[in-house]
Amino acid sequence: MIKKKKEQSEMNLNNVKKVNRRDMLKVVWTGLGAMALMEMGMVSVTYTQPRLAEGEFGSVIEVGVVDDYPPGSVTHISNGRFYLSRLEDGGFLAIYQRCTHLGCNVPWEQTEEKFVCPCHNSQFTPNGDVLNPPAPRALDLFPIQINDGIIKVDTGNPITRQAFDPSQVVYA
Amino acid sequence: MDKDGLIEKKDTIFHRLYESFAPKGVPSDERGRMRMVMDTLVLHLHPTKVPARTLRFTYTWGLGGLSGMLFMLLVITGIMLEMNYTPSPSQAYLDILTLRTNIWFGDLIRNMHHWSANLMIVVTFLHLLRVFFTGGHRLPRATNWIIGLAMFLLVVGANFTGYLLPWDQLAYWAITVGTSIVTYVPFIGEYLSRLILGGIEVGPSTLLNFYALHISLIPVLIVVLMSYHFWRVRKDGGLTIPKNSYQIDEQKIERVTTIPHLVRKELVYALVWFAILLVWAMFVPAPLEEIANPEISPNPAKAPWYFLGIQELLLHFHPLFGAILIPAIAVLFLFLLPFYDLETESVGVYFRSKKGKILSLVAIGMSAVLVPAWIILDEYVLNWTAWLPGWPTIISNGLIPLAFILLALIVIDDLVHRNFHTSFEERVLFMFVYLLVAFIILTIIGIFFRGPGMGLYLPWEIPVTH
Repeated sequence: MIKKKKEQSEMNLNNVKKVNRRDMLKVVWTGLGAMALMEMGMVSVTYTQPRLAEGEFGSVIEVGVVDDYPPGSVTHISNGRFYLSRLEDGGFLAIYQRCTHLGCNVPWEQTEEKFVCPCHNSQFTPNGDVLNPPAPRALDLFPIQINDGIIKVDTGNPITRQAFDPSQVVYA
Repeated sequence: MDKDGLIEKKDTIFHRLYESFAPKGVPSDERGRMRMVMDTLVLHLHPTKVPARTLRFTYTWGLGGLSGMLFMLLVITGIMLEMNYTPSPSQAYLDILTLRTNIWFGDLIRNMHHWSANLMIVVTFLHLLRVFFTGGHRLPRATNWIIGLAMFLLVVGANFTGYLLPWDQLAYWAITVGTSIVTYVPFIGEYLSRLILGGIEVGPSTLLNFYALHISLIPVLIVVLMSYHFWRVRKDGGLTIPKNSYQIDEQKIERVTTIPHLVRKELVYALVWFAILLVWAMFVPAPLEEIANPEISPNPAKAPWYFLGIQELLLHFHPLFGAILIPAIAVLFLFLLPFYDLETESVGVYFRSKKGKILSLVAIGMSAVLVPAWIILDEYVLNWTAWLPGWPTIISNGLIPLAFILLALIVIDDLVHRNFHTSFEERVLFMFVYLLVAFIILTIIGIFFRGPGMGLYLPWEIPVTH
């Protein structure tokens, strides 16, 4: 038994020896090459990340105080590219004006009290829910912060959602 | 002239300089002309002799050469345009206006660039069809088929990135709609879209990104692949040689010298097309609408014309199917074509055989009837999302209609197979033609029959909404 084991370990040793210097260097070089590629890949991908400028669309935008917006109203904030929708219960939603179907701007139709997309006739409720396809999901939201009655909206990070949910509403 | 009637040979520095560059004249003997092909940088893309029958115009239609010529023309006019263009939203549109009104021949150069670019999509696509219909995609030419397809996608990419640069309403919203399609790629869609746009919607970063891709990366890739494409043609033994179905056996292929037989034809063809383009660019201005306004989407908002077949699909399918899966599967089948469509016997015969020609006509007829019928049916009658309330639209408006269409295709294939006793290559041919015509019809409907709200209209009854 012991002898056999010894033989086996010798065999293993022989196997290990088969990795000679040339093979080892090959592995090392290939590894270094792969690492260099990965570095360049990472640098390139990071480099091409969206660049956002302060104060423009994409940054945090101040839109006034809570009392400016009566309950049950939808107001277009043009420099933020969104609608500030105040629901009947006083809660706020900042609805991104970009249609979730193909990216057209969705105008608010005051008389019909809904959003109607001119491109493919998708329709949405005042809280952004889909009334009529082809839009596959509700309009995106922007995060709202209300401090001392002043409303701030972060236009850099749209929140995608499938449908309206009461937890999305922000209260003063 | 001296009294022997010979031109006196002058020897000054100017003559020596001239001699060193000037062509020595085309040799009168065949051997000399073959040498000339080998010894000249540009000409040596060609072999010294070519099979006489590949020169037949109605075999190749000169489409590959024309694509190459258009590329050169686009590079030249593109560099000229670049010198009068700033890729920023505040300046780009003004630059185009200046180009049109204040710069000598600015409008002409812009028109030429625009029309050559659009023509190039058509010509490269026709080139692809020519190769398929004569069996040129099959082994040993499979690699070149793949390279060619890749180049076709690059040509579309070049067009798409160039489309944004004038920064007018047309450009802004076509690119908005076109890039929104990307967001439907599973898992990484949103990420990809932001990477391409450089933000969450089309803006200054998008214009810079597209400009960089349009003037550097894509052209360089095309040059690299084009060089490889030409080299590969020679490595694969030249073009496929046309044969008529009744004289398949042949002892010896007749070859003629490249100079003058091929080169002369190429030069004449290039000249004719240059003349056509010049006249066209003189009289037909490239479209330019009012300056881009991110607040107002035009109605209807359409992608560039070559994507309207896909946009038409979007009206009938959930976006994941209409914009991603169906086009991706189609492109995949095209790339893999040489590896399942293998028969080499019929290479060089247009549409494979006499039967193939009949089958192609049948396919065109069937597609021309069935596809519009389906579109009208889907527009006014079928409404899967309403019939299956509560089902996710990805199933009710994606899987279910697709399953019906696949079923219809299988039935059609089976019917044709039974009635015409088709071989495998003929079935592939039939399906190719059928789907090709379907795609063309979808594109035509998208371009001419879609009005406000993407409703179906007759082209002369589309209401004006601007």
